[in-house]
Amino acid sequence: MSRISVTVDGTTYEDDVEPRLLLVHYLRDRLGLTGTPVGCDTGNCGACTVDVSGASVKSCSMLAVQADGAEVTTIQGLAADGRWHPLQRAFHEEHGLQCGYCTPGMILAARDLLRANPHPTAEEVRHGLEGNLCRCTGYQNIVRAVLAAADAGAGTGADSGADTGGEAAI
Amino acid sequence: MTTAERPAPAVGRSHPRKEDARLVTGRTSWTDNLTLPGMLHMAVLRSPMAHARIDRLDLTAVRERPGVVAAFGAADLDGELGSLPCAWPVTEDIVHPDHPPLAADEVRHAGDPVAVVVARDRYAAADALEAVEVDYTPLPPVLDMEAALADGAPLVHAAEGTNRCFDWPLASGDYAAARARADVVVTRRYVQQRLIPNAMEPRAVLAAPAATGADEYTLYSATQIPHILRLMLAVVTGIPEQKIRVIAPDVGGGFGSKLQVYAEEALALVVAKRLGRPVKWTESRSEGYLATHHGRDQIQDVEVAATGDGRLLGMKVDLLADMGAYLMLVTPGIPILGAFMYPGIYKMDAYAFHCTGVFTTKTPTDAYRGAGRPEATYAVERVMDELAAELGLDPVELRRRNWIGHGEFPYTSVAGLTYDSGNYEAATDKALAHFGYDALRAEQRERHERGDTVRLGVGVSTYTEMCGLAPSRVLRDLRYAAGGWEAASIRMLPTGKVEVITGTSPHGQGHATTWSQIAADVLGVPVEDVDVLHGDTRVAPQGMDTYGSRSLVVGGVAVHEAAVKVVGKARRVAAHLMEASEEDLEFTAGTFAVRGSPEAAKTIQEVAFATFTGHDLPDGMEPTINAGHVVEPDNFSYPHGTHLCAVEVDTETGAVRIRSYVAVDDVGKVVNPLIVEGQVHGGLAQGIAQALYEEAVYDDDGNLVSGTLADYHVPAAPDLPDFVTDRTETPATSNPLGVKGVGEAGTIASTPAVVGAVVDALRPLGVTDVRMPCTPERVWQAIQEARARKGDPA
Repeated sequence: MSRISVTVDGTTYEDDVEPRLLLVHYLRDRLGLTGTPVGCDTGNCGACTVDVSGASVKSCSMLAVQADGAEVTTIQGLAADGRWHPLQRAFHEEHGLQCGYCTPGMILAARDLLRANPHPTAEEVRHGLEGNLCRCTGYQNIVRAVLAAADAGAGTGADSGADTGGEAAI
Repeated sequence: MTTAERPAPAVGRSHPRKEDARLVTGRTSWTDNLTLPGMLHMAVLRSPMAHARIDRLDLTAVRERPGVVAAFGAADLDGELGSLPCAWPVTEDIVHPDHPPLAADEVRHAGDPVAVVVARDRYAAADALEAVEVDYTPLPPVLDMEAALADGAPLVHAAEGTNRCFDWPLASGDYAAARARADVVVTRRYVQQRLIPNAMEPRAVLAAPAATGADEYTLYSATQIPHILRLMLAVVTGIPEQKIRVIAPDVGGGFGSKLQVYAEEALALVVAKRLGRPVKWTESRSEGYLATHHGRDQIQDVEVAATGDGRLLGMKVDLLADMGAYLMLVTPGIPILGAFMYPGIYKMDAYAFHCTGVFTTKTPTDAYRGAGRPEATYAVERVMDELAAELGLDPVELRRRNWIGHGEFPYTSVAGLTYDSGNYEAATDKALAHFGYDALRAEQRERHERGDTVRLGVGVSTYTEMCGLAPSRVLRDLRYAAGGWEAASIRMLPTGKVEVITGTSPHGQGHATTWSQIAADVLGVPVEDVDVLHGDTRVAPQGMDTYGSRSLVVGGVAVHEAAVKVVGKARRVAAHLMEASEEDLEFTAGTFAVRGSPEAAKTIQEVAFATFTGHDLPDGMEPTINAGHVVEPDNFSYPHGTHLCAVEVDTETGAVRIRSYVAVDDVGKVVNPLIVEGQVHGGLAQGIAQALYEEAVYDDDGNLVSGTLADYHVPAAPDLPDFVTDRTETPATSNPLGVKGVGEAGTIASTPAVVGAVVDALRPLGVTDVRMPCTPERVWQAIQEARARKGDPA
């Protein structure tokens, strides 16, 4: 067992973990943060993407012990003060999800993409999300959502949330 | 209320989805998210070989491992588990071998379950599998369908004496006569490669005994079919049906792969029963590649006979369909669904179809998005292109000469289906306009003439499909064991809010939004006031679930009809309260008013509350306006459309790039255009994936070589183009909403459009086919072979 201290979505946890424990299983099984799903066992699908100290990481490809001292942001920590992140809102408004299983990883990967390139072209979005698979949408509305979020300033401001306007409308 | 105040109808509006809030914030309830007190984790030991005799299974060592609670082989669960079901024995004399959830004596495909281990956590369970001792004697694998049918071939099920599962013919008209009077006959062989469905959520199941200790169970499963699953698990395990509750929580896609009754579902249930504790199993992606059913895998020999001016006279199809090692829920029925679709949208006098189902030592096949219909559409559309080339006709013109005219509906096809409606002219004209067909053809000629190494190709797919599964009497005639009805009920709560209970079981389709829109319009209430309950056999007790583009056509119509009944009952109460006759009441936007004196009015919410109190109801009236309805469809629905694809093919590398793709679909009336467009996009992606990227590959020993997501090419965003989508709207006449279904349209139409475009690009080089998936290597090889045939050294 190894002792780790890791901050996840603003809360700091100290835990003894097996050295082989994957970060995603630490999040899901130990912390109960099941918003981050597992989609494969080869690092291909990206469903489990989270942010680790400012970089997007496939949490199935990182050990919990490697996250010692890190700040992890998951999909569950993205909304601030009850306000959705612009990407969350854009995915909703542009119908960028159907079953929603890839959505947490897709949004976290898109957030990383927009930080590096706040105003990408559609082509750049497609290439930037190459490591995240979706089986439902054919990607077109995901691209549309990321471009809409970029227009809303998702990549330039901090993660100041957007209001949950979409939610209010339903 | 006057007409001017009437709110815009919800149906037809791109209403953002109600489902999204939890999905974009991670507040989901995927089956693997669920944890119950005392829960154990199950891992499955699977055969590493395609075919072998089990000589010895020893679980002694594994049971002694720390963290392991129990381990079971087939013998340990003898009497508690029957054969997994096949509900579609397509012929009376079909060979239908047992399908034990755990193999007892023999394993028949790589991944066939042999034992289960139950441990305190998922790592311990997975680790413990290595301590299971099994001795196998290898038996010969059976991999090639044609070889499997030859005399003396090794047998998948030796006791059956054959690998031939069934022979299923369909004949209409005199094909031999049609062929004899034809000016041209085109014969082709197409191979529908085996595909892996790849819903993004891997399968998972959690079986839990009642906390009270009663002999009752709740089974959470990533399934498309909670209702069918409950019934089938009762049959397989002997647990009385009313003691099993099945819940499909959030389900992350299915595409047919979760239209199944799986070994792990039955095993988790009986193990939970045996241990008296909740048991969860979640597949890894790679495990799922072996354990979750595959799709397609057919060989199609297709022939069309036509006149010299391109009129189809007849069509003949000989089909080999790979069942895999066992018959699962609807395995044999998949090619039979296709049997009716080979004639497509075309008129002809004669049709001769024959399908042979074949056992092999591979993972069983079953429904995968489109299920038989994409295969049929591919064959007919590809062979139409070949006929056009043979006759020197434009492929669109050839289709025009043969399709059913708009004025000819309803039309009974040569395969015996009655297409209620369609407008192939309108969809095609619209698609051609979006596409810029003539300009692309001009560019194609120009590139050819100057010998451009990058060729342009244009592919055409005019398809129809049979959806809205299905009229129960037709299913009877096809020997399917269940009906095709669908149920809905509506509860008007005392506060005027509404609960819609549906028998459909969405897993990404957005039924909560769409059904709300339908109910809201009929009841005259806001969409936000409607909640949709589904996917739990205790909450939504009656249903036939979600598959085959059926949900809107049967389930959505059931919601509509139930809502109409609610209004009918409410009218009686309103008339009573207003001391008017029912005939004098108008119902507009949720309010009953006496015709001519609109000041006297009762809202449906007021009526609901009055019914709740029951203080003042018509004499003898049951105090409820709630209502249910079960829809029995009288016909299938027939979406159709025209898809056009332009590709650029690099003749030096074999690389294919989709330059433009236009899809004009006619899915009848549309409830939510946003959702419909999304369904089309996703369907296109899956059809294109078959055309260009995906294939499940076995080696000569029967190992699945494309055994992980790293080896099986599910397309990512850069692999796909932006699609141009549009619609024509020819309402279905077979249901009151005029809807047809959209779930499979894109997948059915797109595969032949893309491959047709690739072949079209290379036809001047002598290429007439490229086997799917059209990878750069395959394309390059096809070019080299064509050049060799022409004696062109190139």
